[in-house]
Amino acid sequence: MARVPLAIQLGAIALAGAAVIVALPSFIGYDTILQITLNFAFAILALSLGFVWGYAGIFSFGQAAFFGLGGYAYAAAAINFGDSTPAILIGVLLPALFALVLGYFVFYARLSSIYVAVITLVVTLILYKFMGQTAKPSYMIGNAMLGGYNGIPAIPPLNVPGRPDLFAGPEEMFVIAGLTALAVYIGLRVLLAARLGKIVVGMRENELRMELLGFDTRFYKLVAFVIAAAIAGLGGVMFANWNAFIDPHVFGLGFSAQPIIWVMIGGLGTLIGPILGAFILSTLSLELGTQKTIDINLILGLVFTVFVLLVPQGIIPTLRKFWTDRRPARDPDAGANASREASSHG
Amino acid sequence: MAIAAIQILNTMASLALISLGLAVIFGMMRVMNFAHGELLMLGAYSVQFANAYGVNIWIAMFVVAPVVVGLIGILIERLVIRHLYGRMMDTLLATWGLSLFITGLVTMVFGNVTRGLSTPLGSFEIGGIRDSSYKFLIIGVTIALFVAIYAVLRHTRVGLIARATMDNPRQVGVMGINPGYVYTATFAVGAALTGLAGAIMAPLTGVLPTMGAAYIGKAFITVICGGDAIFAGTASAAVLFGLINQTTTILLTPEFGEVALLLGALLMLRILPSGLSSLFSRRAV
Repeated sequence: MARVPLAIQLGAIALAGAAVIVALPSFIGYDTILQITLNFAFAILALSLGFVWGYAGIFSFGQAAFFGLGGYAYAAAAINFGDSTPAILIGVLLPALFALVLGYFVFYARLSSIYVAVITLVVTLILYKFMGQTAKPSYMIGNAMLGGYNGIPAIPPLNVPGRPDLFAGPEEMFVIAGLTALAVYIGLRVLLAARLGKIVVGMRENELRMELLGFDTRFYKLVAFVIAAAIAGLGGVMFANWNAFIDPHVFGLGFSAQPIIWVMIGGLGTLIGPILGAFILSTLSLELGTQKTIDINLILGLVFTVFVLLVPQGIIPTLRKFWTDRRPARDPDAGANASREASSHG
Repeated sequence: MAIAAIQILNTMASLALISLGLAVIFGMMRVMNFAHGELLMLGAYSVQFANAYGVNIWIAMFVVAPVVVGLIGILIERLVIRHLYGRMMDTLLATWGLSLFITGLVTMVFGNVTRGLSTPLGSFEIGGIRDSSYKFLIIGVTIALFVAIYAVLRHTRVGLIARATMDNPRQVGVMGINPGYVYTATFAVGAALTGLAGAIMAPLTGVLPTMGAAYIGKAFITVICGGDAIFAGTASAAVLFGLINQTTTILLTPEFGEVALLLGALLMLRILPSGLSSLFSRRAV
């Protein structure tokens, strides 16, 4: 099969995706619009973890925490400024800054991946507790009350820059969140095809070799970590908008678990897998959440453990492997190409 | 002042106690057990349940809880961890999936409610401030457990076999001991110690399916900051972080105590990436 150049491939995906996202709200019901908008926000979160874990090889437990920080930062800024445009920027920058400081400590100390996992988990747990006790009036950011476990209600929606009176309704929000998720996907594909992406993947494959080739892996890990945090923050901005409300449960263990499950089940080392995982599993969670007989954590935990034991690559890479194995190899190099394709392109 | 000193000692001991089982499993087997919090929780449920059915509180705490959780540990090792040795990241993920599963299961069976357990022993009074005598029990039990485990590992045949297996399982196998059994036993001991810790903590916090989350952060930080010499490291990390945590808690609030603990840990790992025990001799266990 002749390879289509990446630019054309991505251009086609962008056009087709954008067309579907813009057209879809006219065909589906109100409930579905809301549900899919949420899924878009989650897909952005999943992409951030899919990138940092699947491509940079850094297992971060804290993506949900960055997502939550983005949501909180957006909420506080939007309430204070009354205009969503600077608030979006703050919602992206604050988690990135937080990741920069945290990442400096963990990566420049050359901690192993297990330690990074543990520390990001602990940070998430502490953020949960800390945001929970902010109910006192002393925890005000300008006019925004952090509100402890009650959260921040009535977060202003996105508006046309400079015009707080022209704000996005559910249908506009659907399109904005959808196009943002699409842009993040395309952006990550481009990034992975660029030099930075190659370095990051090289680091995942063999850190020592990259270091011997003269790359400062500490620096590149930090860069990947910060990029992922910024993306997660953007997802959090969309989430805070969708909900018009945010509370500390985004820092809770149950919520932090979700992106990891989406990415693991969708497929590690792909970008489409995490998106798919987010869509399928968050819809499934919603369905399961409405019934009371079986606890949702029980099912998710069981499915997750079974996947780690039996299908550690996740759905998409397994399907790809199945597909390429079935096709007869035309030349001896075909198999190698196919597996390289599966591991380096989303 | 005396009260503050006892509270600080108590925080140190509690940290060491909740970390001990994790330290055994991580230090000996290089398995980062993300279901640690749930093993603590199961220990707490065991003591609460046994006590509610009329078992003496001390027997429930020191016998029932470790045995029950130790058996669950055997089950976990046989079903899940056995298949993942040498793949540290996958063990972490699998045990973390287990932690969700166990939380879900216990929520289904016992409901998402807090069960109480009255604190045994009375209270003592120094300078007009009353505090629970239970704190002395925690301090005493922790010291006893550390001394006992250290002695077993250092001075007995069983300890020698365990250490040798962690060092070189193949060689141990050649000498006629099945390393698989040693792994299972080590994991079971770690789980039993965790169950005991959970049982001891149960009267203080109440028993609830998600109670593990309150402990795991501190336990993980204590163990990873301890470094390679797992017992000396964990003990010294518990002393250091107990001091930081409780002092900040007394001066500010418990939330800031945990934030200070984390900041202290990050700073410490930045300066000493291989943990506190890299300061001691190589011969420490």
